Amino acid sequence: MSKWHFVTDGFVKNNPTFVLVLGMCPTLATTTSAMNGLEMGLATMFVLILSNIVISLIAPMVPDKVRIPVYITVIATFVTVLQLLMQAFTPAVYETLGLFIPLIVVNCIVLGRAEGFANKHNAGESALDGLGVGLGFTASLTVIGIVREILGSGAVFGWKFISGDGILAFVMAPGAFLVLGFLMVLFNKYLAKK
Amino acid sequence: MEYFLIIVSAIFVNNILLAQFLGICPFLGVSNKLSTATGMSGAVCFVITLATVVTYLLNQYLLVPFGLEFLQTISFILVIAALVQMVEIVLKKISPSLYQALGIFLPLITTNCAVLGVAITVVTKDFALGGAAPHMLNLGQATVYAFATSLGYGLAMCLFAGLREHLAGNDVPKAFKGLPIALITVGIMAMAFLGFSGIV
Amino acid sequence: MAAESTLKNMALCLTAVCLICSAVVGVAYAVTKEPIDEAAQAKTTASIAAVLPEFTGTPEQGSINVNGTDYTYYKADGAGCAIISTTSGFGGALTLMVGIDGEGKVHNTTVLSHSETPGLGAKCTTDEHFISQFRGFDPAVKSLTVKKDGGDLDAITASTITSRAYALAVSNAVAVFNQLKEQDNE
Repeated sequence: MSKWHFVTDGFVKNNPTFVLVLGMCPTLATTTSAMNGLEMGLATMFVLILSNIVISLIAPMVPDKVRIPVYITVIATFVTVLQLLMQAFTPAVYETLGLFIPLIVVNCIVLGRAEGFANKHNAGESALDGLGVGLGFTASLTVIGIVREILGSGAVFGWKFISGDGILAFVMAPGAFLVLGFLMVLFNKYLAKK
Repeated sequence: MEYFLIIVSAIFVNNILLAQFLGICPFLGVSNKLSTATGMSGAVCFVITLATVVTYLLNQYLLVPFGLEFLQTISFILVIAALVQMVEIVLKKISPSLYQALGIFLPLITTNCAVLGVAITVVTKDFALGGAAPHMLNLGQATVYAFATSLGYGLAMCLFAGLREHLAGNDVPKAFKGLPIALITVGIMAMAFLGFSGIV
Repeated sequence: MAAESTLKNMALCLTAVCLICSAVVGVAYAVTKEPIDEAAQAKTTASIAAVLPEFTGTPEQGSINVNGTDYTYYKADGAGCAIISTTSGFGGALTLMVGIDGEGKVHNTTVLSHSETPGLGAKCTTDEHFISQFRGFDPAVKSLTVKKDGGDLDAITASTITSRAYALAVSNAVAVFNQLKEQDNE
C-alpha cells in the first residue's frame, strides 16, 4: 500500500469532471478539439499541483477566518505566473485558450482541492493529489475534445480522416453540453457495473 | 442604438451561459428549483454589475497608467472577493429582507467565473459587438454590457430551472438521472439560442 | 493546528501572503518580459514577411489616424506597406495584417487574431479559396465586398459576417495605404 492511491483516486473515484462535476466552464468551452482540451487540462494541472503544495505548507500558519482569501491569493499568483510563462513560450496556445487561462483562478477544482485536501495533508501527498486530480481533469477534457473533434470536424488531434465538414453543432455550444451529458451517462453505467 | 445592440447581443446572441460557458457550476448547482434560481440570478446580477464598474475603474486609473496590466487577474479576483464580502455585510445591515433572499448565494459568487469573466472581457482593448468597429468600451457601455449579460444569465437560469422542475417528475433511464439529462436539456436549449445568432 | 483568528494574526497573515505573492509575480514578470516581447516581435516580423513581397532591411514602423481610427503600419523599402487592421467579426474582433505592394495592389493577408466560430468563421484562416482571392487583388479595378453585397469576393460558406468583416478590414487597410501615399506625395 503506497501513496499511489492519491493519484488514482483523482482519476476515477474522484474524477473532477464526471463524478465531482467541478470546473465545468473550461470543460465545456475549451474542448472544441482534442488538442485544446489537452492543453487546458495541463494548464490547470500546473496550477493545481503548485497551489496544493504551497497551501499544504502554509495552512498551519493561516488563521481560520482568512484562509479563503489567502488560498485565492496563492492560486491567483500561480495563475498569473502561468499566464506570463505561456505568453512568453507558447503564445499561440495562450491565444487559443484566451479568457479561460485567467479563469483558472475561479475553477472550483483548484479551490476545492485546497480546501478539501491540501490543508489537511502534507506537501508530498498534496502534490500527488494535485497530480491525480489534474490528470483526471486532463483526461476527461481530452476525451470530450476527441469526441467533439471527431463528430464536429472529422479529425483527431488535427489529423483529418473524414473529408468535408463534420456536424458543426458539435463544435459549437450545444454540442459541448450534449457530449458531456452522454459521456456522463457512459461513466455512470461503468461505475454502476463495477 | 449602440446600447440597444449591446443589450440584445449580450442577452440573446452571446448568452453568457449558453454561448460563452461562464458560470456553469452554480447554474447546474442551484437550478433545481425556480425560486432558488431567481434568487441566485438576482444576486449574480447585482454583483456582476457592481464588480464590473469597480474593476473597470481600477484597471483604467490604476493598472494601465502604471503599466501593471499583468496584475489584472490577481487584483480583479481580490477586488471581487472583497466586494462580495462587503455587499453581504452592507445588505445585512440595511435590508435584512433582501439579505434573506440573496444572502445564502453571495459567498458562492466569488468563485462564479461569470463575474471575473465579464470583468476581464470589458477591459480588453478590441471589444467587438454586432458590427460596430472594435473599440475600448467606455464606462457607460461597460456597465450596460455587464448588466445585460447578467440579465441573460438570469434568463437562461430561470428558463432552465423551469424545465428542470418538470424533469424531476419524469421517469428517465437510471444512468441519465440527475445531471446527464440536465446537460442534454441545456444542449437542446443552447441549440435554440443559436437561432438568435445573426440577428445582431 | 491553525493559528488563532485574532485581528493581529489575520492582518499579519494577509499582509505577509500579499507581499510574498506580489514578489513572486514581480519576479516572474521581470523574467518573462523579454521572451514575451521577443515572441510578439517575432510574430509581427513573420506576419509582415508573409504578406509583403521580398524586401531587405527592417520595415519602418509608424502609426496613422484614418477616419478616427489609429492604424499601425510597417513600411518596407520598395516593397510597399503592411498594415494592421481590426474589424468586428461574428464572435469578436478580427485582426488582420494586410500587405499592399508599391502599386496599391493587395499582396497577401494573414489573420493575427480572431474569435470566430470553429468550423465556420474560423475557416478564414484556412479556406484557401477565400484567402487566395485577396492575393494580387487590385482595389482600383474590383470591389472589395462580398458578392452578396454586390462586390467581387466569394464569401466563406455559411459565414457571410466573417467574410464581410475580413473584406472590410482589407478595404480599410487600402484606405490607410492611400492616405499614406498622399502624405508621401506632399
